[in-house]
Amino acid sequence: MNWYDILFYAFALITVVSAAGVVLSRNIVYAAFSLLFTFFGVAALYVLLSADFLAITQILLYVGGVLVLIVFGVMLTNRANKVEVKHGGLTLAPAVLVAGVIAGTLIGVLTTTKWPAASFEPYEETARPLGALLMTQFVLPFELASVLLLVALVGAVIIARREKARRV
Amino acid sequence: MIAIEALIKIVVLVVIILTIVAYLVLLERKISAYMQDRIGPNRVGPKGLFQPLADVLKLVLKEMIVPAKANKFIHALAPVISITVAVGALAVIPFANYIVIGGQKISLLIANVNIGVLYILALSSLGVYGITLSGWASNNKYSLLGGLRSSAQMISYELSLGLSLVGVLMIDGTLQLDKITMAQSGGLWNIIYQPIGFLVFVTAAFAETNRLPFDLPEAEPELVGGYHTEYSGMRWGLFFLSEYTNMIVSSALMVTLYFGGWSLPFVNYSALGANLAALVQFVTFFAKLGILIFVFMWVRWTLPRFRYDQLMNVGWKIMLPLAILNLLGTGAVMLALK
Repeated sequence: MNWYDILFYAFALITVVSAAGVVLSRNIVYAAFSLLFTFFGVAALYVLLSADFLAITQILLYVGGVLVLIVFGVMLTNRANKVEVKHGGLTLAPAVLVAGVIAGTLIGVLTTTKWPAASFEPYEETARPLGALLMTQFVLPFELASVLLLVALVGAVIIARREKARRV
Repeated sequence: MIAIEALIKIVVLVVIILTIVAYLVLLERKISAYMQDRIGPNRVGPKGLFQPLADVLKLVLKEMIVPAKANKFIHALAPVISITVAVGALAVIPFANYIVIGGQKISLLIANVNIGVLYILALSSLGVYGITLSGWASNNKYSLLGGLRSSAQMISYELSLGLSLVGVLMIDGTLQLDKITMAQSGGLWNIIYQPIGFLVFVTAAFAETNRLPFDLPEAEPELVGGYHTEYSGMRWGLFFLSEYTNMIVSSALMVTLYFGGWSLPFVNYSALGANLAALVQFVTFFAKLGILIFVFMWVRWTLPRFRYDQLMNVGWKIMLPLAILNLLGTGAVMLALK
């Protein structure tokens, strides 16, 4: 076992344990916190795979953007830290079904895919080829995704505005 | 071997930076005093030069008070996040080119990552956690309001900060900070190509570091002390340290991106020999850094604070469109010159 393996298992452990924390925590603030470590763990795994651009984007967007908004929302909600998140109960059967199907699919893919073991060449620049691909081969999906985000943004503004008008 | 080398560099850099920070506090107090026609601290040591030591000693020895209803763990964690993020950003800043010890080239850069600029942006986007969480964990309405203001402010100005940088990245065609310095060392500094981008960047940097005129998260007349109202002793000291370290990081980033980093125009470093050249570059970098930090302090003691709605208006309706126009203009000119 070399350093690479030790680091991989350490980060994998952090990711999985904190992900469990997100799902199992009864305090919504702690759940949001655990998500922080999950995102970091995933970013670290990207770094180990030499996907530096992806790793830093993960931190920039998910930790620095999405999660800040979640924490923001949790803090603004009145007494959110006292709300107990309920688990189990009625939703248990469908949850087990859905999780089982997804787990089955993933395990199936894992076992049937032939994993090509690429030669280990760390620290190649990935930002430039990614940018070039986004602007040439994948320009349509890229633009579609940005239009989708714009639609979501406009929709959010409309919903927020309408509620305000009704109250007046 | 690489690990030991990096460790030595980290220790040296952190010691240098923290010493500078301690003396920046003294400098700020002196500058503010001269601007207000006072003398400033002059009791401890000759001309008050030992004041930082006394301040640090005081902070370390003071009791750290934790409010009874605070969330103890997060209350302790928040200042640690702030200082970690601030110091971590220094890892990718090239202070000089390289030195030669025993025939080995040693780069004066702790981590030469391919995506240095993005790394700093990502870390600065994490800085908001320290402030927001401290505000929330203190269980105090002023702290919470300060923390919320800071979140809104940092999210708003991060966009202009990122977009204003893209112009420089387009011109130099790289995300590596040492390559950006190299690209400028032969020719003109980037500020000549990117005056508007620089203006937007400076404004956004002031907002990101929570300095006047954008220090709404800790506006004293409205919010007592803002997010660190409930902090005392060394925990408060860590927030203070991280504010000044953030100032150094922003200034260092400006030096590297817009003012040629460690390079000087019309200087031939190869004539000096590697180690002497590194020393000259090091001094050059810190001289440029010092001038920019002085501007930070100068602005703080000159301009009044913005109102909250003014802050948001400037951020979204002036800075963001300016940054986008700058981006389009840079692209158009580069295409025309191609």
